[in-house]
Amino acid sequence: MTETAVGIHGVTKRFGDVVAVDNIDLEIPDGEFFSLLGPSGCGKTTTLRMVAGLEFPTEGSIKIFNEEMALRPPNKRPVNTVFQSYALFPHMSIADNIAFGLQMRGVNKAEITQKVNEAIELVRLSGMENRKPKQLSGGQQQRVALARALVNRPKVLLLDEPLGALDLKLRQAMQLELKDIQREVGITFVYVTHDQEEALTMSDRIGIMNEGKLLQIGASEDIYENPNSRFVAGFIGETNFIAGTVAEEGAVRLSNGVAVKARTFSGAGSEVTVTLRPEKIHLHQTPDTARPGYNTVPGKVSRRIYYGESLYYEIDIGTGDLIDARVENVPSQARYEAGDQIVIAFHPEAAEALTE
Amino acid sequence: MTLLDDKPDRDTEAANPELERKAERAESWRGFFHALPSFVYLIFFFALPLVIVLVVSFSGRKGTGSPSFDDWTLDAYRKLFDTTVLRIAWRSLTMATLNTVICLAIGYPFAYWLATRSKQSTRNLLLVLVLIPFWSNFLVRTYAWRILLDSDGPITRIGEATGLWGKLLFTQPAVFLGLLYGYLPFMVLPLYAALERMDWSLVEAGRDLYATGWGAFRRITWPLSRPGVIAGSILVFIPSLGAYVTPAILGGAKTTLLGDYIVTQFTSARNWPFGSAVSVVILTVMLIATLVYFRTGARTL
Repeated sequence: MTETAVGIHGVTKRFGDVVAVDNIDLEIPDGEFFSLLGPSGCGKTTTLRMVAGLEFPTEGSIKIFNEEMALRPPNKRPVNTVFQSYALFPHMSIADNIAFGLQMRGVNKAEITQKVNEAIELVRLSGMENRKPKQLSGGQQQRVALARALVNRPKVLLLDEPLGALDLKLRQAMQLELKDIQREVGITFVYVTHDQEEALTMSDRIGIMNEGKLLQIGASEDIYENPNSRFVAGFIGETNFIAGTVAEEGAVRLSNGVAVKARTFSGAGSEVTVTLRPEKIHLHQTPDTARPGYNTVPGKVSRRIYYGESLYYEIDIGTGDLIDARVENVPSQARYEAGDQIVIAFHPEAAEALTE
Repeated sequence: MTLLDDKPDRDTEAANPELERKAERAESWRGFFHALPSFVYLIFFFALPLVIVLVVSFSGRKGTGSPSFDDWTLDAYRKLFDTTVLRIAWRSLTMATLNTVICLAIGYPFAYWLATRSKQSTRNLLLVLVLIPFWSNFLVRTYAWRILLDSDGPITRIGEATGLWGKLLFTQPAVFLGLLYGYLPFMVLPLYAALERMDWSLVEAGRDLYATGWGAFRRITWPLSRPGVIAGSILVFIPSLGAYVTPAILGGAKTTLLGDYIVTQFTSARNWPFGSAVSVVILTVMLIATLVYFRTGARTL
């Protein structure tokens, strides 16, 4: 069992009457790449800032390697932050920016020079030492910010939407690079983002936040496949929501009257929302061709949207909202036109009946 | 791992250099016409008087004190090395320096406090309070200080009651108080402008990188606010050096500064060339100070 790098227990942060973070509990083991994911204003950045010491919790305890930190000033915490806007010191060279933390801790000059050089090499910025931050591109500045934090060998590295200001291609490249660097240095990363793709591809585990609450914690796959609430299902990836009532354990009667098998977590009679991902829906002309054990619901194609690598069908199954189905654009898939009567089929495991 | 190919942004190449140049020329002509009225104004009411001062400083002197252009001489400049003049110059210099330092010592914490108020409305209100003195005439305000500092004024009474000071009017401290009062806003405003622009996440980054509050101030806030410090210092130092109203109204015979000394040359002392020479010297000093400011300013910005 690895040690707990960050332990957050019963932490609440209020700004006046506004509750930014609402009684959250979270344990992050040593060496993990953990992401806090949520829409803007959900409290994820405030949570990160409380770990950094840039905000202090109104209630609760924050421990870093079992040492209480909640009210400690930031300069006395073994953590470093990569800020959203990088916050590089504009009046200092790249080398001085990276050396700053070591200088403040009174490390001797020879050691500083050596460590700064190592850090510059780690983020591949050799030759840029004497430039000012403004003379660097966004991606390069981002890597200086990373080097400036990592050079101190913090016990935990905090990253506040570090890729937010970069363009898409660079962002994707940096995601892989960040993950590689994390593996190389073996430091616990706590990563804050509103970009689900970023969180899914990089993280060992993800925590989903909304309105100050931590809704679900789990590996990328857990969260995508088994969301525990409507919010999580809707926030991560695309999904269909279908209203229904639990008929018995493992069966739900949808609002159009059709009974389907689904994963249920509440007793018979309870109102639920069934979540069903577009790519888990298969389309058939008749129920006979559906795979055995699959649910089948009849419907009518209302629209077809061409996306290139895939096709989206909007299907009316009589529940009020149209159901989105995603079909790979491959020759073996039959194409349907608007107005066609079809059947949608899905595995019972793909449908979850959520109560929240 | 592919290396990221992202170079710093470059200006896009001009599609048609010839057209671009023409547009630039047209633009600069338009700019010239916009500036023309102020240009003419500056020539007649600023440059020309300066030239006159310069010329008079080398001229001879009639019995009435006005310049005589028949005999050119360096007498006025020689007189600059008289002990009286040097003493007054030294007094002005120390007074201006001290005033700058104290204005900075008072103005910086205040501007810092002002710039860190989170509510824009609070900041604006406080800024208006700083500017309120400018709503009335400087001369009037200096006379108000005369009332405050006079023998039956409140400040003198407080001093006498506590036994700390007596009557201040017509003494060096009175002139100093007047200068401090008069020029403090000129220190606060540029400092506020510099600190208000400050990106406070840089200070947070500093604190995150193990700097104490003082360490972060010394390494981050202070160097980044330096353009404001320099601008404020120049704005206080230069007018303090040539101050006239304050020493003339609040000071006495023993507190003469360069400003009122120059005026005396044109009035009772009847020596225009000498008054002009002193003015030229002050102007030169100020010019050098301003050049130094722009040099350092350009480097830090």
